[in-house]
Amino acid sequence: MKTSTFPDPFETARKEDGVLEIDDQNDKVTMLLRHKDVRKTAHNYKSFTSETQPGRIVVPSEVSIRDTRQIPFEVDPPKHGAYRALIEPWFRRPLDPENQAKLTAQIESIVADALCKQTVEIVEDFALPLQSKALTLLLNTPLEESETWISWGTHVFRSEGEALDGDKANVLYDYIEAQLDRTIAQPGEDLYSVLLNSEVEGKKLTKEEAKGVMVLTFAGGRDTVINAVTNAIAYFADHPEGLARLRQEPELIGNAVEEMIRYFSPLTQMGREVTEDTQVCEHAIKAKSRVSLCWASANRDEGIFENANEIVLDRKVNPHVGFGFSHHNCLGATHARQIMRILLSTLSHQIGKIEILSSEDNIEDWKKYRRKVGYHQLTVKLSPLNK
Amino acid sequence: MAKITFITRDKQSITLEGNAGSAMALAVANGVTGIDGDCGGVCSCATCHVYLSPEGLERAGAASEIETDMLELDDNANEFSRLCCQIEISDAIDGLVLNVAR
Ligand code: HEM
Ligand code: FES
Repeated sequence: MKTSTFPDPFETARKEDGVLEIDDQNDKVTMLLRHKDVRKTAHNYKSFTSETQPGRIVVPSEVSIRDTRQIPFEVDPPKHGAYRALIEPWFRRPLDPENQAKLTAQIESIVADALCKQTVEIVEDFALPLQSKALTLLLNTPLEESETWISWGTHVFRSEGEALDGDKANVLYDYIEAQLDRTIAQPGEDLYSVLLNSEVEGKKLTKEEAKGVMVLTFAGGRDTVINAVTNAIAYFADHPEGLARLRQEPELIGNAVEEMIRYFSPLTQMGREVTEDTQVCEHAIKAKSRVSLCWASANRDEGIFENANEIVLDRKVNPHVGFGFSHHNCLGATHARQIMRILLSTLSHQIGKIEILSSEDNIEDWKKYRRKVGYHQLTVKLSPLNK
Repeated sequence: MAKITFITRDKQSITLEGNAGSAMALAVANGVTGIDGDCGGVCSCATCHVYLSPEGLERAGAASEIETDMLELDDNANEFSRLCCQIEISDAIDGLVLNVAR
């Protein structure tokens, strides 16, 4: 098996039962594995709510480590729509040509540095700085802020399998608290300021609400982006012909990015609480219990995707749910897509060959399934493209 | 060469000419409000939703199953809906009018 192969651990359960029950801190979660069920359930917020106790829809549950409600993530329509309308324009800023140019300059410089070093550990020394620096553009904060975020390392608010670390989460909460206080004292033109200065349904956004948005922006966009970037590098190490193809046919870059998001599914699953006794694919599900929408499994559903276990760079029709589906679909997707598109374009123009020297898989281990989501470390040798 | 008219929610009518590619790509390249094309046209985001007239639908053709499944879960979709990233530009659809859904 190639280093960049990401097996699908859900195939048998998806075909046979359509669900997989896992135990999360002594609370059962019924994972929904089929594309159709995942999308239908994501759409049906009345029976499958996101607006329960803060932290409960996350798998593993974060109930014991936080009280702050993440916004708009843990709010149902119609209020969800009001929050979303407020922040969505800001999250589309990455489409602005000026922002794209800045992001391109950042990524080109990171790739050039990596080429100078030749041997690079991708997770800590490439993907993390790239993700952090890019986030300063999304938040419109000074580039220097990224140094703090980089210094937190990749493990700061990562929950591995079932392990949760409250102390680590506090690093982020304390940081955001301080940033919000700074903003209250001296507003600027960053996302914190925009949030604290805005209204939802005629009421000013509270500091707690702003905190809920910011925590989500930091946490939701960190490991996901780091894994997407790292896994893409591993893929091109194993598939140099892919880089050559994108160089010759740059119009495929958009398709390639969507395909990598499908195949890698950087976010495995997200939960919902069931509001009434119901049924999903012939399984009875009790009120108050949890289901999860398993994006990773839906994205390998053989009934929807031909050659689901392969990366097909030019896949034309690709109804993947890697960025979620329906009301809560990923607000950071525009940003994540820009990062990936610019990264693929830059790699295709600058890199001739990527050689994997060593790697250690990052595996989500739930006893009932083990899923590779990325790497703890991926050390590669980069060679420039001979132009 | 085909002329395609997009009518936005605020009733602006924008007629564009295209040779190839999708109606979504043409709209995005010309900044038509309400057509975002977030997924780049792979049928995964539904930010390219349009309504056609019955005649228009006949000319553009019916949606594929994948597209229909996507539209079924869109609260604003009806029998005249299409995702315009799945409408290929060709002479056959010259003069098509697309009402932008969002
Ligand atoms: C490749 C990278 C990413 C992937 C795969 C990803 C995946 C997802 C998924 C699957 C959801 C749906 C959750 C649900 O239905 O409950 C989601 C929601 C969200 N994501 Fe992302 N995400 C990524 C990057 C980002 C980034 C960079 C940010 C912000 C900087 C971000 C912010 C959010 C927010 C705010 C939501 C909640 C939206 C809502 O509830 O309306 N994500 N993401
Ligand atoms: S552009 Fe995404 S579905 Fe049409």
